Amino acid sequence: MAANEQLAMLVQPDRVHRSVYADPAIFDLEMERLFGRAWLVLGHESQVARSGDYFTTRMGREPVIVVRKSGNEIGVLVNRCAHRGATVCAEGRGNTERFVCPYHGWSYDRGGALRAVPVPGGYRKESLSGLGLKAVPRVSLYRGFLFASLAATGPSLEEFLGPAKSSFDDFVDRAPGGELEVAGGVFKHVYNGNWKLMLENHLDGVHPAYVHASSIAAARGAPEPGSPGSEHYFDIAVRQMRQNGAPESLWESIGLWATPRGHGWLGDYHTDKRLTGGDEHPVFKEYKKKLIQKAGEAEAERVLGVTRWNTIIYPNCSFMSQFRQLRIIHPIAVDRSVVYTYSLRMKDAPARMFRDTVAFANVVNGTGSWVLTDDLEVYERVQRGFASGAAEWLCIGRGHGGDVDEADGVRRGASGTSEVFIRAQLNAWLDYMTKQ
Amino acid sequence: MNVEQFLYHEARLLDTHQLEAWLELFTDDATYWVPLEQGQKDALETSSIIHDDRTLLGLRVKQARHPRAHARLPLARTVHQVSNISVIEDSGDELKVASTLALIEWRNEKQRLWGALVEHRLRRAGESFRIAHKRVDLVNSEGELDGIAILF
Repeated sequence: MAANEQLAMLVQPDRVHRSVYADPAIFDLEMERLFGRAWLVLGHESQVARSGDYFTTRMGREPVIVVRKSGNEIGVLVNRCAHRGATVCAEGRGNTERFVCPYHGWSYDRGGALRAVPVPGGYRKESLSGLGLKAVPRVSLYRGFLFASLAATGPSLEEFLGPAKSSFDDFVDRAPGGELEVAGGVFKHVYNGNWKLMLENHLDGVHPAYVHASSIAAARGAPEPGSPGSEHYFDIAVRQMRQNGAPESLWESIGLWATPRGHGWLGDYHTDKRLTGGDEHPVFKEYKKKLIQKAGEAEAERVLGVTRWNTIIYPNCSFMSQFRQLRIIHPIAVDRSVVYTYSLRMKDAPARMFRDTVAFANVVNGTGSWVLTDDLEVYERVQRGFASGAAEWLCIGRGHGGDVDEADGVRRGASGTSEVFIRAQLNAWLDYMTKQ
Repeated sequence: MNVEQFLYHEARLLDTHQLEAWLELFTDDATYWVPLEQGQKDALETSSIIHDDRTLLGLRVKQARHPRAHARLPLARTVHQVSNISVIEDSGDELKVASTLALIEWRNEKQRLWGALVEHRLRRAGESFRIAHKRVDLVNSEGELDGIAILF
């Protein structure tokens, strides 16, 4: 296994070694040191609203069950029978009193404690005591978003999130009364590439003009979006695709921030007007009225004045508040990654707003999207390029030297196209990988 | 053209990459739907792998012809094997037709096999039909899928 000194050589101020993305031994180490230590986003509390509600997911390589325990607390259990190791819970979601292993019927309660073993006479009593589904040691919520860490000790969730909390605040504050719920289905897409490639793409303001050139061109030739009151189904798609084609000067001017733990976000990218028709839109008016009712006029203005686009929570999440999209990445192998994309509904907003969310999800983040599929094609080409020994290094130097340090360890990109967020992610990567 | 011949014709247009001619088969008010969930009832408040009105479907075809349509250049080679065709409703002007689709896709050294239950709503148009609605329920729609850049 690579020594820490060797790992440290792989990440340099303006370049990174290809093995960080392509070496299976490094991937194994990431599962232990990075996905085994960091707080990971697992979802939202609305997915387990009632006692006994559960869903299955992954934490790095660990198959886990997120469950609302009988005392209303949320637990995360490793989905592995203490007996012979079978997953006790089939993939999916549901509601249950007990998790019963299909192999020999060992059954566990919602807290993971072993409750019954058929033909128990075959065991000495003490050999069964203390057995159960292993509970993931740390589980925590931030404003309804659910996190867990496989490490028993480490920074608190608040400490981990740091200034990136403000992106979750933006997400939740936009909902009248702060009420959000996961709804509308889950996209599960896969690509033959390293998990980091997605996180290094979502704040990249240079790529849309190239990767998404074809969808931008198609949208430019599309019929104009409808005026307020006479919208079309296709408006959401056309607006977003055109926005991807914003001029270089706009991408350069927008704010881009990164934190020492690798989180980052793009600001100043959208206004509600650009993407949904905004203020004059009758549905938006109704929404704004609700927001004012719940939060007061001044607070509503403040909330809607936040124009944040994608946020990365390193190492497994990307989200955006305006259309309420949450993407969680699951590394499967050094060159294979699965992404689950969830939509969230604002419970007290006009129903039509969720239709816009769904239309947006389909066309931008869906498995058959004309935007996402071009991103996936490029990730796979990058991964194939790593096989080449002709060049050992990748360049991550855009904006290097020009980024500006602000308060709380936050670093602002020299411009909206700085690779400051990639450098921050890789610095955080190195920190997780080399600290003991 | 009878119903069977029409569906074979549609498949042939897709397999020979005559996407513009394929698009012409759809009525102006047509919808093209590949649901995300099994038995999905609603396309507006639940996500779909594809849910296009005629405008979006047209843009999708246009995108595929762009010189930098990375995931579609070259277009995947496909065989749409249409079978088990049965007319399940006939109101005179419009027919509801069920069929099954086995599709082989090849691109980038990757071959994929798809299976789907398909439903067409066909509107009579002279000696032939136009497609008013097409719904494709993939057997693995809820699975973990690589990106989809083909038309079913």
